[in-house]
Amino acid sequence: MKQTAVNSVLSIDSRMSSAIQHSLVVVKNAEGLHMRPADKLVRAASTFQCQIELERAGQVADCRSILSLLTLGATEGSELILRAQGPDAELAIRTICHLFENQFEETTAS
Amino acid sequence: MKFSVFISPKAIRSKLAASTKEGVISEMVDALVEAGEVKEADRGDIIKAIMKREELGSTGIGRGVAVPHTKHASVEKLVGTVGISESGLDFDSLDGQDASLFFLLVSPPDRPGDHLRALENISRQLRDDSFCRLLRQSKTSDDILQLLDEADSSQFGS
Repeated sequence: MKQTAVNSVLSIDSRMSSAIQHSLVVVKNAEGLHMRPADKLVRAASTFQCQIELERAGQVADCRSILSLLTLGATEGSELILRAQGPDAELAIRTICHLFENQFEETTAS
Repeated sequence: MKFSVFISPKAIRSKLAASTKEGVISEMVDALVEAGEVKEADRGDIIKAIMKREELGSTGIGRGVAVPHTKHASVEKLVGTVGISESGLDFDSLDGQDASLFFLLVSPPDRPGDHLRALENISRQLRDDSFCRLLRQSKTSDDILQLLDEADSSQFGS
């Protein structure tokens, strides 16, 4: 019985930590999600433990892979679903939403 | 955007001789000049602009691949070329590995969408292991061109 109780606590814990957080983000950069913002996104995503994905029109990209992100071809105005799953998912979502919001700190185009 | 739309067949180089970042970029821009895609008079300025972009962060995106690029008002449409360095070289890539496959792009300043679609195609193909392997094994420009044609007909990747 004792063992069962421990197991059930563990399973609740693992469910809680693996809850998927998600948010809608919009690409505000005039040049879309090109190489530099994608690079910043990879660097930001790599600081978290959770898995982070972006989805555009059914296509899913891993936020830790620049090649994966670039395959989204996300132009200005694209709406993307940002999803994170893991212990620090909530903070990851907040951080990445902020990056999209401030256009990945891009000021000049090149 | 298919490779055939933006890769200049005559500018493809299967054996890059340069062993430095600037050397490879110069060699590939020269190839675009020789192919008639960019004017000789703009050569130096384009190389400088691509190097300046590299200073903002390397375009070596991992898997031994780099995509040096710039916008330049002298081109009316996106032009690009492919080059292979047999030995590979330090390109300050994100994953710290040497780069051996290069896609160089020069795009008109007012067409960010085309640049993004070219990047989308390049990255999608490069995620495919067999495409990368076959590209590295290419011995001639014709081999590379044929591989790009096959990729355009969706024989690789998704």
